[in-house]
Amino acid sequence: MTKSELIQRLAERNPHLYLRDVEKIVDTVFDEITGALANGDRVELRGFGAFSVKEREARTGRNPRTGETVQVEAKRLPFFKTGKALREALNNEKDDSQSSEDSFYSPFSTSD
Amino acid sequence: MDDTSRTITRADLAESVYEQVGLSRNESSDLVEQVLDEISNTLVSGENVKISSFGSFSVREKGERIGRNPKTGVEVPISPRKVLVFRASHVLKDRINEKQ
Repeated sequence: MTKSELIQRLAERNPHLYLRDVEKIVDTVFDEITGALANGDRVELRGFGAFSVKEREARTGRNPRTGETVQVEAKRLPFFKTGKALREALNNEKDDSQSSEDSFYSPFSTSD
Repeated sequence: MDDTSRTITRADLAESVYEQVGLSRNESSDLVEQVLDEISNTLVSGENVKISSFGSFSVREKGERIGRNPKTGVEVPISPRKVLVFRASHVLKDRINEKQ
C-alpha cells in the first residue's frame, strides 16, 4: 500500500470528507512525526509503535573495498519499535491480557 | 537527546489535524486512529506499506531458532514469527540531520 492508496482507502471510509482534506490529514500525520523527530522528540503511538532518534557519534570508518580510512560524521538515525498490540496481531495472538501496555486502547480490530 | 525533548502522542497528532484541516477535535482524533488502523490492518494482511518521503514498513518472517534463557542457561526453541521492519526514507533521514 502506498500513500495514495492509503488516502483512497480513507476517502472510501469517509465519504463525507473532501479528498483534499483526506490528503491533508495523511500529510499532517507524517509531517508531524517527521517534525517531531527532527526536533529530537520521540513519537509514541500506543499499540502501533514508537519512533525515536538515535545519535551516532563520529567515527573513523574504513572503505571495505579499498581499505582506505574515511571520517564518518556524527549523525542521527530514526528508529521504530513495533507496539505490543501490532506485534501480537502480526502473529495472530489474542490480545486478552489485562496487564498489557496497550490495554487502554484497542487500536484496531484483529481480523481472525 | 537534550533537555527540551518531549514525547509526541496521538493527542498531538489529532491536535495538528484539528488545526490544519478544520474538522472537529473528535473527528480529528478519529481520523488519526483510522490512519494507524489502515496501516496496521494492511501489514497484518501481509502487505507492505510505503509512505513516500517518510519510509516503508515491511513484515519479515523469522524462522525458528534456538534461544537461551540468559538466567538459567536453558535452551528453548523460539517459534517462527513475523516482525515489522521500518526503513526510513532519505527525506526523513535528511530532515532529522538538518538541525544539528
